[in-house]
Amino acid sequence: MSDNTLKKTERIVAQGGPGRGPGGGLVAQKATSFSASGRRLVRLLAPERLKVSFVFIFAIASVALAAIGPRILGRATDIVFAGAVGKQFPAGMTKQQAIDAARALGNDQVADMLEGVDMVPGVGIDFEALATVLLIVIAIYVGSSILSFLQGYLLNDVVQNTIYQLRSDVEDKLNRLPLSYFDRQPRGELLSRVTNDIDNVSQSLQQTMSQLLTSILTVGFVVVMMFLISPSLALVALITVPVAMVVAGLVMKRSQTRFVDQWRSTGTLNARVEEAFTGHSLVKVFGRQDEVNAAFEEENEQLYEASAGAQFLSGLIMPIMMFVGNLNYVIIAVLGGLRVASGTMSLGDVQAFIQYSRRFTQPITQIASMVNLLQSGVASAERVFELLDAEEEKPEEHDAVTIDDPHGRVEFENVSFRYEPNEPLIDDLSMSVEPGQTVAIVGPTGAGKTTLVNLLMRFYEIDGGRITLDGVDITEMRRSGLRSRIGMVLQDTWLFHGTIRDNIAYGRPDATDEEIVAAAKAAFVDRFVHSLPDGYDTVIDDEASNISAGEKQLITIARAFLAQPSLLILDEATSSVDTRTELLVQHAMAALRSQRTSFVIAHRLSTIRDADLILVMENGSIVESGTHDELIHERGAYWRLYNAQFAGAAV
Amino acid sequence: MLWKVVTSHLARYKKQIALIVVFQFIATIAALLLPSLNADIIDNGVVTGDTGYIMRVGGVMLGVSFTQVVCSIVAVFFAARAAMGFGRDLRTSVFRRVGTFSSREVALFGAPSLITRNTNDVQQIQMLVMMTFTLMVMAPIMMVGGIFMALREDVGLSWLVAVAVPILGVSLAVLISRMLPAYRLMQARIDTVNRVLREQATGIRVLRAFVREPLETERFAKANQELTDVSLTVGRWMAAMFPVVLLILNLATVAVLWFGGQRIDTGAMEIGSMTAYLTYLIQILMSVMMATFTIVMVPRASVSADRVGEVLETESSVVPPTNGISDVSMHGTVEFRNAEVTYPGAEQPVIRDISFTARAGETTAIIGSTGAGKTTLVNLIPRMFDATGGSVLVDGVDVKELDPDFLWNRIGLVPQKPYLFTGTVASNLRYGKPDATEDEMWRALTIAQARDFVEAMPEGLDAPISQGGTNVSGGQRQRLSIARAIIREPEIYIFDDSFSALDLATDAALRRSLTPVTAMSTVIVVAQRVSTVKDADRIVVLDQGRIVGMGRHEELLTNCETYIEIVESQRLAEVGS
Repeated sequence: MSDNTLKKTERIVAQGGPGRGPGGGLVAQKATSFSASGRRLVRLLAPERLKVSFVFIFAIASVALAAIGPRILGRATDIVFAGAVGKQFPAGMTKQQAIDAARALGNDQVADMLEGVDMVPGVGIDFEALATVLLIVIAIYVGSSILSFLQGYLLNDVVQNTIYQLRSDVEDKLNRLPLSYFDRQPRGELLSRVTNDIDNVSQSLQQTMSQLLTSILTVGFVVVMMFLISPSLALVALITVPVAMVVAGLVMKRSQTRFVDQWRSTGTLNARVEEAFTGHSLVKVFGRQDEVNAAFEEENEQLYEASAGAQFLSGLIMPIMMFVGNLNYVIIAVLGGLRVASGTMSLGDVQAFIQYSRRFTQPITQIASMVNLLQSGVASAERVFELLDAEEEKPEEHDAVTIDDPHGRVEFENVSFRYEPNEPLIDDLSMSVEPGQTVAIVGPTGAGKTTLVNLLMRFYEIDGGRITLDGVDITEMRRSGLRSRIGMVLQDTWLFHGTIRDNIAYGRPDATDEEIVAAAKAAFVDRFVHSLPDGYDTVIDDEASNISAGEKQLITIARAFLAQPSLLILDEATSSVDTRTELLVQHAMAALRSQRTSFVIAHRLSTIRDADLILVMENGSIVESGTHDELIHERGAYWRLYNAQFAGAAV
Repeated sequence: MLWKVVTSHLARYKKQIALIVVFQFIATIAALLLPSLNADIIDNGVVTGDTGYIMRVGGVMLGVSFTQVVCSIVAVFFAARAAMGFGRDLRTSVFRRVGTFSSREVALFGAPSLITRNTNDVQQIQMLVMMTFTLMVMAPIMMVGGIFMALREDVGLSWLVAVAVPILGVSLAVLISRMLPAYRLMQARIDTVNRVLREQATGIRVLRAFVREPLETERFAKANQELTDVSLTVGRWMAAMFPVVLLILNLATVAVLWFGGQRIDTGAMEIGSMTAYLTYLIQILMSVMMATFTIVMVPRASVSADRVGEVLETESSVVPPTNGISDVSMHGTVEFRNAEVTYPGAEQPVIRDISFTARAGETTAIIGSTGAGKTTLVNLIPRMFDATGGSVLVDGVDVKELDPDFLWNRIGLVPQKPYLFTGTVASNLRYGKPDATEDEMWRALTIAQARDFVEAMPEGLDAPISQGGTNVSGGQRQRLSIARAIIREPEIYIFDDSFSALDLATDAALRRSLTPVTAMSTVIVVAQRVSTVKDADRIVVLDQGRIVGMGRHEELLTNCETYIEIVESQRLAEVGS
């Protein structure tokens, strides 16, 4: 177990370049404590209280106006209708006369209708009244649109500011988390939280808040209007709501599992394509094109099945909801017609009621789909909150000690340390390293050679004893103070995306150009930089094939030269470095080491033999320590290692 | 390009597309009939309280509505299958095309770019096709039908359509054209913010070691602010979109009432026609909206289509011969005759005047500094790309005339980057020999010095290997990749710097155990270490693409300056500085 942890630790240290986090898995996540996280998400909006309340005011006003609109427009229809009817009768006739005339002709229906119309026989459409009503309607619609825009505008501000803050909080948090957190957490998982999950929260807040708000308000207002017109009809109309919800919910649930399938298949297929294209030449030379094609086609077919299913099911919702809406319409028309016939309801009311009921199904569909989106957003928020709640590094001492004149004397006093509580790795280790001495750390790959580095840099806190630098307990120093005294030269993964100049200046951002070039010269960087078209401004990234692994290591050495640390941590491992560069790396490292206390993760026999102290590590713990001669004499772990690794080569 | 890519891959789905159009047509006609039935129920049913009539027409209406639902569903069914099938076929085309590429074309595009083209870009085009099948097919039918119905109701008001449609179209176009660039910028800035966070999370040790937290926080704050700024812009345009569209629809309604009222007053129009006209106008405008939303996707999809089309139209520079030779007299001889390689666009050849012969039973080593052209040279043998000058012969025949499978079957390649495939140890070994038995596998692993660690894994041969082989160490990866070549028992071994991640002891042991296995084969070794090459029958010293020395170790020590330099540098390394 301890071995595993260590391997993981080492791997995380060694991994280069940004990898891709597992995306798309979010949908499947269930919000385990949904309501708590939801509430916390809402609380994030608290600093924007004032804007949020305006958002609500504007939203309510805008939806209310939009809801009143049809009623007033109905008035305009009435005026046109009255005018059209009135014109059919001669002028001077009273309304009652017209009704009587109609009855006399046995036209009872027309007579009934005329009774309900506010018309004056012989007078056409009252354009003045119509204009007034229409102007009011225009005012209402313009007002509603403006309010709706303001609402959206403010809400956008609120959401963006909140997300900005959330991102800042997460970034802050990253700086306060102990390193053990990063080692424990699979990297893709952590990356997924800080990128995919925040994006998802941001997107679902942006998309859902505005629409959810207006949809809920619209449904509310429409229900109120319907109840105002006819409570009993409203109750009937509401029956379709649960039906609509259930139907939408069922279809969505199914389509969502299909979408999960689709994302999963997309993931597998992407991995397959990635593998086939990255290993392109191997596939060819080993004559495996047919097998690779077959595997691809099988997975491609699965993706097709999943996505066709997902698209089909999600495409069902609209037509089904339309049908439910139409069903609703007919029910209301039938019941309304009965009411009109029995004289308990006016025609205009029925018409308005039908209008409202038509505005009903669409926002409900929208709410259903928003709830889905919101769920995935809250699930992501929860994962972000988990990160924000993780235990932080021990806070710094208030009156931190600084060393004015560092010499680089390091002392371990009865140090014990363990990654896992039950598995001690370093137990009661004591040693002292005088200024300028070299400590070689040796052992097979995976033996935990980085553990010592972790302790010296205070990436991890020790469990017992103390480590001192120039007599000062390192826990009494500020972490930044301690770390800036230590120079590290590890493998090429210690470069970041940026120019060579920036990378050298990394350890001392205020360095002048002359200092940078001087450091570059000392580390033999200057020579090859001049052969690059952009010189010191050449950008180093994953694809930078113009810079070899050895040259990258030279850059990290230049960085250490510039930083002038009093203590050095070096890693000699250089895989696939060509021989000439290798030689330069050695010279540069030797120059860097002289006069400085150094801890070297050693691979070269010469370094190990000349070291003042050799620490032999196996399975995570220090099994032997001493000088070369002492250890050879002991015929223990070092002796075995020496024979296996170097004896053959020395011939 | 978009048109070409789409049409060429949709040809198979003619039948489905015809069905989609037919069913969308019926569904749209049904949708157009509904308003007049609605009006009918009110005018002739509700007004008179004739419930029987309401029931009858309501029944008809439900029937029409049901027809519409069924037809829509059927259309969506075929649309989903045709669009997703289109995506599947396009992915296959791209994948197969890349399969024919030589290393040169793969390098030209870059593997990551090819991956994106095969997945994300296809996805973009596929979504456009889906949208077209559902919305774009419906929109014109709806529009024409709506106009037809509206004209039937009243010709005099037709100018309203002519005014309202462009107003809506132009407003939407203006809004969207403002929004799209901002939206793209937003995507780019999200990437930046994520990249900064990613770098912080992965490089946390470096950050802390160099006390860079404050600077990184500053860098992040800047990226975050920039993202927020552009998100605000996008959000504001979005906030404007819905109210503007709604306002236009509402104003159109008001206009119909006002101008329709005037026509009714003069007796030119029936009142019932006005209500119906209103509904049709709204429907026409809705179809404009649908069309606009689809059209918005076109620019993005067409960029993707260009990228996909580029792959589909690229011919491999390595063309397999039509009647490849698969009958040769010699076995395992590799000969370079004045071979030269110039990359497209480069002024200088990477390698030139390369002539030497490697025979069966011999080991030929190639040594030289980084960039000397060693990998380029050995890649000519399996035709990862072709020589631009001179020729490379295997068994006396130009590789360009050999049957590719025949050629590849005789080569065991261990590449510079030991890439393993997702699966198990066994499945990776079967890459070398599909019908390998367990015994053969263990034998190959033993020779490759990989037996110990494979045995130590709880699942042994069935131990899982993750993509690229990242779950085993670099040295283990290299040994597995060597075992994969050994198990083939090839006539020609190519080891491209394959021992670099091994410690010296393992390196030595591996070479000892390889000797009997490769005794009958031609062995070509690219190496950095003198200790790896010094026992070779022939050492080819490369410098800047040219052969500067050739011979045995002892000979070169007397006559090749570059070789002596290399030997000196390594001796220093061993003795210590």
